[in-house]
Amino acid sequence: MSFGKDKKALLSRRTIFKAGLVSGMAMPIPMTVLGQAPNQMRPQQGDQLVFDEGDRIGELIGIDMLELDQQPVSALARDPETETIRDGSRLNRVMIMRLDGQKLSSRFQANAAEGIVAYSAVCTHTGCDVINWDEGLLRMACPCHESQFDVYDGAKNVGGPAPRPLAMLPLEIVDGIVTVAGIFKGRVGFTQNF
Amino acid sequence: MLNSTYRIILAGLFCSWCLSPIAQSLPPYNPVTDERLQNPEESNWLMYRGSYDSHGYSTLDEINIENVEDLVPVWSFSTGLREGHQAPPIVNDGYMYVSTPQNHIIAIDARTGDMIWRYVRFLPDDLQQMHPTNRGVALYGDRVYLATVDAYLVSLDALTGDVIWEVEVEDYYNGYYMTMAPLIADGKVMVGVSGGELGIRGFVAAFDVMTGEPAWKTYTIPAPGEPGSESWPGDTWQTGGVPVWLTGSYDPEFNVTYWGTGNGGPWMGDTRPGDNLYATSTIALDASTGELKAHHQYHWNDSWDWDEVSAPLLIDYQRQGETVKGMVHPGRNGYLWFLEREENQINFVDANPYVYQDVFTTLDPVTGRPEYDMSKKPGTGFEASFCPSLWGGKDWPPAAFNPVSRLLFIPANDNVCSTMEGEEVQFRPGRPFMGRAPSENGGFFVRPGTSHIGELQAWNVDTGEKAWTTSFASQNWGPVLATAGDLVFMGGTNDRYFRAFDANNGEILWQQRTNSGITGVPVTYSLDGKQYIAVQSGWGVDAQREQNLLNLVKGENHYVPQGGVIWVFALPD
Repeated sequence: MSFGKDKKALLSRRTIFKAGLVSGMAMPIPMTVLGQAPNQMRPQQGDQLVFDEGDRIGELIGIDMLELDQQPVSALARDPETETIRDGSRLNRVMIMRLDGQKLSSRFQANAAEGIVAYSAVCTHTGCDVINWDEGLLRMACPCHESQFDVYDGAKNVGGPAPRPLAMLPLEIVDGIVTVAGIFKGRVGFTQNF
Repeated sequence: MLNSTYRIILAGLFCSWCLSPIAQSLPPYNPVTDERLQNPEESNWLMYRGSYDSHGYSTLDEINIENVEDLVPVWSFSTGLREGHQAPPIVNDGYMYVSTPQNHIIAIDARTGDMIWRYVRFLPDDLQQMHPTNRGVALYGDRVYLATVDAYLVSLDALTGDVIWEVEVEDYYNGYYMTMAPLIADGKVMVGVSGGELGIRGFVAAFDVMTGEPAWKTYTIPAPGEPGSESWPGDTWQTGGVPVWLTGSYDPEFNVTYWGTGNGGPWMGDTRPGDNLYATSTIALDASTGELKAHHQYHWNDSWDWDEVSAPLLIDYQRQGETVKGMVHPGRNGYLWFLEREENQINFVDANPYVYQDVFTTLDPVTGRPEYDMSKKPGTGFEASFCPSLWGGKDWPPAAFNPVSRLLFIPANDNVCSTMEGEEVQFRPGRPFMGRAPSENGGFFVRPGTSHIGELQAWNVDTGEKAWTTSFASQNWGPVLATAGDLVFMGGTNDRYFRAFDANNGEILWQQRTNSGITGVPVTYSLDGKQYIAVQSGWGVDAQREQNLLNLVKGENHYVPQGGVIWVFALPD
């Protein structure tokens, strides 16, 4: 068995959970007391999104900073109170873009904010960064194994070996800033089969 | 007390009682020794290429050109996994060990196909697998060794599968991973790292074969002040790639290991002006100390993603009536290289293209250093087309050599080419660091007017002449096995066939359609005097990527099913 970065955090959580069982406690344990560093935590409701690349790295993403149907940009969540950027796990990264909200599949419109959507940057096939963009077909693409995702249909996998859509991060606009409206919809990353 | 990178797991030491009934019915395990590794019995397949010289050759000849048409499956085993099943079944006196994608190891009774144990590695959720595969285990003593995709080296009990120890070779989070079969020699277990697309600094590392204690670590990119460092400007050496992702060859006489190295990163050579030693080279490392004894760089300042990671085959051959203590390397750059190895030096002998190659204009007759047609060399903001494609004349699938017929068998791809243009890329640990701009059709095309891609070629190493070629419309990702039965075994095509060829002329003598495409390394072994052929069928990784691009440029939708199965063949009783 192996333990990676996130596994170390899980170990702490497991240890605490066992301790709770021994002491007879059965109440849910808040994430913040599980030993997981704030920068490792997945994006939380109320977090603001910041650029993760380019000249504006670290800058808050405003509603007017993204152009329609342009290449998605890498973004991370930031706790507005502590200003902690959640860069402690690559599973926290999202690709954010502005779409025509009227054309977005209706079942995913609740996760969009004025046409802006955010999908996990981690491919569901083998976990590579989904950083490529097909500007003709408006698809996100994985450089590792050519999986393609339809950004207008909830990042549904439409080509290549990816077995599932990319997880979607619900968004809202708060004071002009792209803000996280809830936890990821769908599982982030790949699934190991046995 | 255990430190953070080195953990001993003791559970396996107490597990003799928990052997499965299958294991208890097998003969006592025959420990693998240095002597056995240096002189492996023909009945076994103890390492990645069967022997230290990487010949991929067996003297078994019960199955031969006279009877191979009668070959039939005797058992099979589904791995339950997808993606590239590339590992050879490793066989030791009836015990077979097969590694799979996702770092499973399946121990099997080689006679019956019954499972003895299975190791399942639990991989980190945040791992990225650019190449979801594994290329085999190594054996020593009563242990099995696995290099993992999350960059650990694991030692397991060969009878129970219990983990004895595991060592973190590097931090996967920074882009390091491993897919190779470890090399064991001189009391060390040696591994190299992948991750050239992710801004790593490549190396080969050795560990004590019994305890896992680190022995040495030799980087493939010299640090400032070290010889060769002048070939890397600024800080480029820190993130310059040059991975080592295939098992090395070993010369016990010199106690030297020979490893192939990958290209520099980012991919465009203009981001790291200079020769970029020791990228795209063969490097000779002392097995005891890791000292870099010699190198030969096949091409400098790569801009084509032409890794030269296949270890050279150690072959002594004839030139001008003299025997050359040599090395032979069918390069990803499309040239077949003949070199001479001395204890502290590698000399160029000659080289010629074995597929269509339009980049090199000349080779220096003394050093072999190529000159380039610079219009064929992509750069940052400069698009260029070149042949062969970024997958080269031969990618990772190993060639094989029959020392009796003197023929070298190359699994080649011809007539496919690439178009690439570089773009600026910012280094971030563990993130893609290739700097390649998107290109139409994935930057892939087939040369107009050509009718095939895949080839199996045979070359006489003494004359340097090609003996024959067998062609396939499909791409070819098939590792090669040669036997004394005058046979060559290979899959590799997108029609799911595993084939036996007449080694004298390339004629297909037998073929079996399997569940998936075959990119596994075939092996042969014998039990009670009966010869078997074993191979994994399980398409994926770059074979699938090339299929995707071929579908795109041809407007086709050719489908190769995935899912791994171990196949074992023999003649009827």
